[in-house]
Amino acid sequence: MLRVVLAEDAVLLRAGLVELLSRTGHEVTAAVGDAEELARAVDADRPDVVITDVRMPPGFRDEGLKAALELRGRYPGLPVLVLSQYVATAYATQLLSGGSSAEGGLGYLLKDRVGEVADFLDALDRVACGQTVIDPEVVRVLLQQRTADEPLQRLTPREREVLALMAEGLNNQAVAQRLTITEASVVKHSSNIFMKLELDPAEGNRRVLAVLAHLRRETPPS
Amino acid sequence: MTVAVWEAMRRRPLRFALSAWPLRSWAFLLSGTVLGFVVLLLFAALLLVGVGLSVVGIGLVILMASAVFGVPVAALERRRLRLVEPDHLLDPHGSLPGTGALPWLRTRLRERATWRELAYTLILGVVFTATGIGFIALLGLSVILAATPVIVWAIAPDTVMLVPGQPISDPVAALPGSATGLFGLLVSAYAGGLLAGAQVRIAQFLLSARDEDLSSRVIELTRSRARLVDAFEAERRRIERDLHDGAQQQLVALTMTLGLAELELRGQDSTAAPLIARARTEARQALGQLRSLVRGIHPQVLTDHGLPAAVAELALRNPIPVTVDIDLPDRLPSAVEATAYFTVTEALTNASKHSGADEVAVVGGLTDDKLVLLITDNGHGGADPAAGAGLQGLADRVAILKGRLIVTSPVGGPTQLRVEVPCSA
Repeated sequence: MLRVVLAEDAVLLRAGLVELLSRTGHEVTAAVGDAEELARAVDADRPDVVITDVRMPPGFRDEGLKAALELRGRYPGLPVLVLSQYVATAYATQLLSGGSSAEGGLGYLLKDRVGEVADFLDALDRVACGQTVIDPEVVRVLLQQRTADEPLQRLTPREREVLALMAEGLNNQAVAQRLTITEASVVKHSSNIFMKLELDPAEGNRRVLAVLAHLRRETPPS
Repeated sequence: MTVAVWEAMRRRPLRFALSAWPLRSWAFLLSGTVLGFVVLLLFAALLLVGVGLSVVGIGLVILMASAVFGVPVAALERRRLRLVEPDHLLDPHGSLPGTGALPWLRTRLRERATWRELAYTLILGVVFTATGIGFIALLGLSVILAATPVIVWAIAPDTVMLVPGQPISDPVAALPGSATGLFGLLVSAYAGGLLAGAQVRIAQFLLSARDEDLSSRVIELTRSRARLVDAFEAERRRIERDLHDGAQQQLVALTMTLGLAELELRGQDSTAAPLIARARTEARQALGQLRSLVRGIHPQVLTDHGLPAAVAELALRNPIPVTVDIDLPDRLPSAVEATAYFTVTEALTNASKHSGADEVAVVGGLTDDKLVLLITDNGHGGADPAAGAGLQGLADRVAILKGRLIVTSPVGGPTQLRVEVPCSA
């Protein structure tokens, strides 16, 4: 059971999420409608995980995302799952580059994903456990690009599939299951990926780094 | 400018008297006399009250109001003129930037047309009324004279005297008077035509739009066009926000409810389960479509992260590879950002559809406070701005912000679009 603080300004959706979470055995300690209330609720409740919308009052821009990043600054390692209506990678980059320095899970999911209740709960669990989860749709857009001198170009189709699943936050075993290959070949593929993307194994969580490398490139910092 | 009633008189002097023109002129002159008299009274009253109350302060407002008194009178006169003049006069006033009495007054007092209209109002009240009364006297006398036989017959046995001391005893004896009256009517026809024409001339001179009014209107037109673009932009955002806050959220809630229903049915052998799964898939597809629609209307990432990020997202979605190198020190005015964004969108679409290119480069930067964007593809060239509505539309859109679009596209390629938009405007 997770203690969750939820920030979502659309009343219908907020109520739905509260219902979904409580039915599936989680406790929503606070469900709020704007960024300020979110900060207050986290201060008061110290939840296991924060779920927040990107766009929130008063400006209806990226207040929710900004508030989440601020909270992570205050409580390092606070797991945050961002729900978004936008496939735009700029938001995912904003989230990951703002929070990757600290420990703790981060997630960027499209709101559509909430409908796949099992997937959504799984993603929530993984974020709460400190993993990084990025929506498959966002990852797909990132992998789709075909720029000429692209390190990504050097990946084989299979390696891309593996990278995409890694970006979703799956571990080797889960990747192997999804692709119906052995775990050993997943390891092989991922070491190839790290090599081709010139990632230093000493830089901590290489899975996250692999994803970050792609999110950061091309997308200018905000 | 010609005067229609004079033209009619000049072309067919004899038939003029039998045409509808004399009647129209008379109607014009009679109504003008009545109106002029009323206007004169009202204006005098305004002035008197204004001067009388000027010590109190409110009088000054009334005096100001009497300065624009000519505006409604002139509007009425431009309509009344249609009695005798088929060519309508253009309203010389510009449209107003704001609403409310005070901005209206301020604008009108600055316009020369307002003062010309005031002058016309005075002429209408004094000169037109005076000449009108004289003309009515002539016309009235002529009508009475022409009708003497009827009058004599009607009021018999009382007697009528046209010339003092010579009573007319029976209708036949009144026929010479009748002839004089008919002659008077004939004179009135031509005199009325001439007089009405003269009034039309004066109205044309004082009430129509002049070049000076029009040139200020061109400036205003440019401004209003820019305002229109802003309004469109605001409208786009409103629609985007409505969709986002309304339909999108509802659909998400729907998929969630369906997901919960699936969860409830799990483990049960129910025929509803596959139906619910299908409904969820369909709802998700609708969401996907709605999302790309919303993005096309106004991408949120443009609002939140600015032009470079938004173009980078565009590049990610483009079917042919795009390299983006846009370097801007700050956020640009939102109108510039939006125009630049939609220009790049259109350019990328064109390049992918028509150019046969397999690579596009978007380079941008700020030079002398001007956004310069270069969109280059390695396709076969030959794009003609005159041929396609797309390029022309882009040029129009850029031109509204006082920018320009230069297309170089020699046959054989490459095609380059250069967009320049000033950011200070």
